[in-house]
Amino acid sequence: MHKIGELTIKKNKVVRVKQTKFYQAHKSLNAKIVEFAGYEMPIQYSSIIAEHKAVRSSVGVFDVSHMGQVFVKGANALSFIQKITVNDASKLFPGRVQYSAMCYEDGGMVDDLLVYCISSEEYLLVINASNISKDFDWMQKNNSDGIELINRSDDYSLMAIQGPYSQKVVEKYFDTTINLEYYHFTTSRKSGVDFIVSRTGYTGELGYELYFVSDESFALDLWKTIFEIGAEYGITPIGLGARDTLRLEMGFCLYGSEIDATTNPLEAGLGWITRLNKTGFIGKEALLTIKEKGLIRKLTPLTMEERMIPRHGYELTSVGIKAGSVTSGCLSPVLDKPIALAYIDMALLQAGEPLNFIIRGKEYPAKIVKLPFINA
Amino acid sequence: MAIPENLKYTKEHEWMLIEGETATIGITNYAQGELGDVVFVDIDANLKELVAGEKFGVIEAVKTVSELYAPCSGKVLEINTELNGMPDRVNRDPYGAGWMIKVEITNPAELDNLLDSTGYGALIGD
Repeated sequence: MHKIGELTIKKNKVVRVKQTKFYQAHKSLNAKIVEFAGYEMPIQYSSIIAEHKAVRSSVGVFDVSHMGQVFVKGANALSFIQKITVNDASKLFPGRVQYSAMCYEDGGMVDDLLVYCISSEEYLLVINASNISKDFDWMQKNNSDGIELINRSDDYSLMAIQGPYSQKVVEKYFDTTINLEYYHFTTSRKSGVDFIVSRTGYTGELGYELYFVSDESFALDLWKTIFEIGAEYGITPIGLGARDTLRLEMGFCLYGSEIDATTNPLEAGLGWITRLNKTGFIGKEALLTIKEKGLIRKLTPLTMEERMIPRHGYELTSVGIKAGSVTSGCLSPVLDKPIALAYIDMALLQAGEPLNFIIRGKEYPAKIVKLPFINA
Repeated sequence: MAIPENLKYTKEHEWMLIEGETATIGITNYAQGELGDVVFVDIDANLKELVAGEKFGVIEAVKTVSELYAPCSGKVLEINTELNGMPDRVNRDPYGAGWMIKVEITNPAELDNLLDSTGYGALIGD
């Protein structure tokens, strides 16, 4: 664990570990802190299972300020976004959010992201913390449209409030009713601070994400106020550990686990965001070829009867040969059963022969299931 | 939680309660805290013998998996099967209901390598 001002060496570069504006709140809650993507982040406060269940049954609060925010401005903002992302951003209108991805020319993935349409000439791209500098470089490299690209990742705080009672908490905080459909956003203002209030999240529950720029004292005051408002619903702080199990129960991809530069969106089950009929986006030609030739592997949701956890990197076999490997696995706190995502060889998958997880040298039958793993 | 003075400890964060020739073995409060929610304690039900320093089981926690190493050699007397249905006992009561295995000590000389509560406290920086 790193303390304030400590330095870590990363790829021969000296990187100062950052803290979010909510850091002192985590410390005073005695959270277990880990370094994640250059930030000191809470991995758990009490128990991953208890935090997970709190989000499913009442409401939980996440500090996800490590996420990156890049504003795209200019008359050609839309055509730039259409070029660098795989989804069709022309469907967006002010107040609408879209899940999308950026691909390399070969169809491998730069990142998955959210695209916010602020106006026809201004968009906000929300990217993964571990990819901020890589993504921003990629955007700049592909900016031939005279677009203004502003990386405000260090300025923005992001609090996610997720769970059945999240709407009540957010409405009370802003003292207004909030009628947002899924993947829509609005703006609000509180004590002189502007917010983007977005009905998005990474849990599958009713939930909101609040983006804002403020000093530390405002952020800590917001944290305190949200917990006072939510006390009657049993509001709970949620660490990155439960964030991972919550997203996995829904089958949501995590960059670095399910998706990266060596995976394409089609095999990752993200065909639904990949608009191959859209003109000229980066990676389109490669993805069309991949589709035409047929996938060689497919991200597959699995479970097993034994109480074990198939973890990232564990192998699977079928008819005695390697069939694939696990990208993410956990014991689902809701099902109380193991769940996993794994890339499975398409030919073996189509052959329909039984699959086995290899756990500590032994084979255990794997069962293919449907996503989401749970009905949230 | 204080480190019980009546137990012996290993550098692998296991504790032993030694009563005559019998040793009861579990993992420390520090270890359960580092592991987080324990979801499964996997010890072969047919296990007959422990060999000092060798692997005898696995603890699955939500975020991580950890191996159990035998702190001493011994004949297996009992495995805590209650943990099958209630693995969280390891988190809630690591020095009590969260015990894992009971053995008859076959080589008492091995016990000399164990830490006392002060030594273990120093190890974990307590």
